[in-house]
Amino acid sequence: MSCLQDSLVELIRRASAEIPDDVQRAILGSLHQEKQGTIAESALKLIERNIELAKAKSQPICQDTGSILFFVDAPVGLDQIAWEETAREAVRQATQRGYLRQNSVDSLTGVNDGTNVGPGSPTIHFHQHRAPHTEVRLVLKGGGCENVGAQYALPIEALKANRDLAGCRRAVLDAVLQAQGKGCGPGILGVCIGGDRATGYEHSKRQLLRLLDDRNPVPALDELEQDVLKTANELGIGPMGFGGKTTLLGVKVGVLNRLPASFFVSVSYMCWAYRRQGVTLGADDSIRNWLY
Amino acid sequence: MIQLTSPFTDDGMRALKVGDEVAISGTLFTGRDVVHKYLHEGGSLPAGVNLRDGILYHCGPVVLPENGGWRVVAAGPTTSSREEPYQAQIIEKFGLRGVIGKGGMGARTLEACRKFGCVYLHAVGGAAQVLAECIKKVRGVSFLEQFGSPEAIWELEVEQFPAVVTMDAHGRSLHQEIFAASQSELIKRL
Ligand code: SF4
Repeated sequence: MSCLQDSLVELIRRASAEIPDDVQRAILGSLHQEKQGTIAESALKLIERNIELAKAKSQPICQDTGSILFFVDAPVGLDQIAWEETAREAVRQATQRGYLRQNSVDSLTGVNDGTNVGPGSPTIHFHQHRAPHTEVRLVLKGGGCENVGAQYALPIEALKANRDLAGCRRAVLDAVLQAQGKGCGPGILGVCIGGDRATGYEHSKRQLLRLLDDRNPVPALDELEQDVLKTANELGIGPMGFGGKTTLLGVKVGVLNRLPASFFVSVSYMCWAYRRQGVTLGADDSIRNWLY
Repeated sequence: MIQLTSPFTDDGMRALKVGDEVAISGTLFTGRDVVHKYLHEGGSLPAGVNLRDGILYHCGPVVLPENGGWRVVAAGPTTSSREEPYQAQIIEKFGLRGVIGKGGMGARTLEACRKFGCVYLHAVGGAAQVLAECIKKVRGVSFLEQFGSPEAIWELEVEQFPAVVTMDAHGRSLHQEIFAASQSELIKRL
């Protein structure tokens, strides 16, 4: 087995079993916010215990190990075909070891061959950069939270959402309302304003690579992020939709240009089991350092 | 924490109210999308699976073979609303006393709970490890080949499995209540 394959299996294992520090801190913080003796507090306590247990046992935090999304920043000249083949092998192996559930189904026949490898699985987004090393980020995104994602085409009369930032705010908050606890909140929103239906969703997912406590460098977007976070947490949906103060842990918004005729707001909802991890690979493809 | 032990009874279920925290011990069967569609379309239960006075768990666990048996590696709930088209009929036909899942279900299931003495129990979504620890034994599995591992019917022996009653047999649904309350809070902030 190649060194790259070893590194990717380890990346998958860690992503599946260990929640990143920034997310764990946010969950702990929210636990202190909830009223004692409420079912919201019980739920967060259980989540906290679950995070510790998964890490200690090196087993999946959640049984839905999700869509396997790789984001690869690679130097010019990387053999993407070989890389992708190795990544597929790594996914097969991680599945055999139980780091990933047998989670990929042929949409036509309904057959699950148990390998997690097939059209669209794993998904690999390659991007070249001028640096000499490869950075690999991995997000495992569960189906429950993916199902409550939403795409809005503004204007929407029923929501009084026009083609401006205020309209975007209305759309995103509607997504939070509709999601309730179904996406295993407290959730994290990745949002894209603009793009087309495909690039909008893709860019919204890319926002999930950001750290929870970072700030958007674009002041208007930063304001939108903070505002939606605060407003959502005043709605009383709470963890699991049980009621309570923590509905969202973070909101991250990006923008893409759009066509004059289109104005999409794409919202990807990430559950509290926010499995994101990343590595920088050395020249021999061994793991040099962890990115989260 | 209210203790619930299988077989579950009409009285026991009707005594529960929205917001009660329960700990379940005894037998659970898993069943998710494929099982619901299959049963709804008239499919029969495999030999050895009896849902009467039982609880159905919306769950697609990660299970690994071990020493000729099985070991549950992760087993949290899946989103229940997808089973809304089928659940009421399945509660009635197979005599279910409880459904465990996450995210809650709709009006038809709520009505079936009221009519047939059943409750909806919300487990903490994503808490796959804590919940797997409560599974003491895998007693059997059906439809493993046919439906695949996550969609199979797993018979599980559980101890102190934690859940919250979010839809009771008296017509109350926490999900409806929170939706309405959060909607009116949102309107104030638009
Ligand atoms: S939404 Fe997330 S936490 Fe919930 S079941 Fe799916 S992957 Fe797990």
